[in-house]
Amino acid sequence: MSPEGLAIAVPHAKPLIEVRGLTVAPGGKRILWDVDLAIRPDEIVTLVGPNGSGKTTLLRAIVGAIRPDGGEIRRSPSLRIGYVPQRLAIDRTMPITVDRFLALGGATDAAALREALERVGIAGLGGQQMATLSGGQFQRAVLARALLRRPTMLVLDEATQGLDQPGVAAFYRLIEEVRRALGCAVVMASHDLHVVMSASDRVICLNGHVCCEGTPTVVSARPEYRALFGLGTEGTLALYRHVHDHRHDVGGTDGAPCGEDHHHHHAPADADRSAGKEHEA
Amino acid sequence: MSLLDDFMIRAALAGIGVALAAGPLGCFVVWRRMAYFGDATAHASLLGVALALASDLPVLLGVLGAALATALVLSARWGGTYAADTLLGVVAHASLALGLVAVSFLHGVRIDLMGYLFGDILAVTRADLAVIWAGALAVAALLVLRWRGLMTATLSPDLAFAEGRDPERERLVLTVALALLVAVAIKVVGALLITAMLIVPAAAARGFARTPEGMAALAALIGAGAVIAGVAASFRLDTPAGPSIVVAAVAVFLAAALAGPRLAERRAENGRVV
Repeated sequence: MSPEGLAIAVPHAKPLIEVRGLTVAPGGKRILWDVDLAIRPDEIVTLVGPNGSGKTTLLRAIVGAIRPDGGEIRRSPSLRIGYVPQRLAIDRTMPITVDRFLALGGATDAAALREALERVGIAGLGGQQMATLSGGQFQRAVLARALLRRPTMLVLDEATQGLDQPGVAAFYRLIEEVRRALGCAVVMASHDLHVVMSASDRVICLNGHVCCEGTPTVVSARPEYRALFGLGTEGTLALYRHVHDHRHDVGGTDGAPCGEDHHHHHAPADADRSAGKEHEA
Repeated sequence: MSLLDDFMIRAALAGIGVALAAGPLGCFVVWRRMAYFGDATAHASLLGVALALASDLPVLLGVLGAALATALVLSARWGGTYAADTLLGVVAHASLALGLVAVSFLHGVRIDLMGYLFGDILAVTRADLAVIWAGALAVAALLVLRWRGLMTATLSPDLAFAEGRDPERERLVLTVALALLVAVAIKVVGALLITAMLIVPAAAARGFARTPEGMAALAALIGAGAVIAGVAASFRLDTPAGPSIVVAAVAVFLAAALAGPRLAERRAENGRVV
């Protein structure tokens, strides 16, 4: 683990999960190798990396869906995982209401179920079929199910895939709210560099192995990160700092950082972002 | 003279017993797309019959063993050289053909091949009835007790892992339940039509159900209704009972397939009004 990573983690808290020298190589094809990782209670850790860099594989190993081919994964007894997979495909042949979906996850009573639906912002949809939900509503329902397990660690794998830009921003805002309310750790993988970086305590840059890790500011300045994501990340960094400053000013009201608005008022961030866009295009 | 002395009553009771377990189990077969898997397991039962008769074992035991062995072999990971449905096809037809060949070697044993292929529900004895209901209740109990785990594993194996469950174990539970059902159902509908009792009622129930539990219960009811209709039709029209039951179930399925979408439409409209 890099010194930066140690510096910002809660110093003495025991990790919820500790990954050491993890190798995953199904059929001899190496997907992950020598991955070290520790998630402590209360921190938000984001995995970034290009397609095929093993983000999903690492998260699946963390939740126990993949057996490592090498290394070890130590889970704290207090670890309780709430998992929101990349895409949960409920077979069309299965009728299931949102309420039943949540209840099968372990909702103990109707009140807890209603509360979870309210928390994720889909109160009133309990009687609806999962198949008829929109992409955003569906992911919220899966999140509600995860929350009902009273998780000590939320694991989100590209949970915003298929959502439009406002939907993505709203979803991550929700994650932050939930994290504050539940005090759980969050581990997520995402493509949405801008939003994700702004909300993370620690970023792990993955490409088969851990390229670098640290605070968003530190990581985005690292050469390994730039090699993977190019100069477009300068925009991310600017946005990150910007949103961060903004939240300091407002002092944690629920007004929540909304990237889009600020660009209109602040020329530098705007310029950075368009530079980033050009690079991506 | 008790009610159970009537062979029609015994036949109906045997069929209902099978249907009550086959409905919910069939829902899993439909949800998990295991129809071919069910076929392979059922066809293997014929081989089980032949082996049991050849070695003087109870037929039930032979069928159970063969069905279970086939299901377990199919559950094993096969490295991916063959597609799953290819492998299932090979095993399903191999076991059926092997069974038919093996039966032909049984000299001196009187064997009612048609009875094993298409069922012989009208010949169900009281002892058969006890075995069928014991097996059916065991299957139903297995599903009820492990319902949440089975459902979670069916929804998403990864979700099951994350929630501390082992989806492989849940799959094993379904495999055992399937073998058990095949063993007790062979007398009722026969090796060739067991899968129909699994998937037809479940498919018919799909359009009317809002929850997995509702679908399972409805599938059991539809199956039981089909048994009563099939046995009655068989009595009046002198048709083979097993196939008649399946025809009745298919009739319900067709009616459901035609009425289902309209029903869903109306429900959606009502939902909008409320």
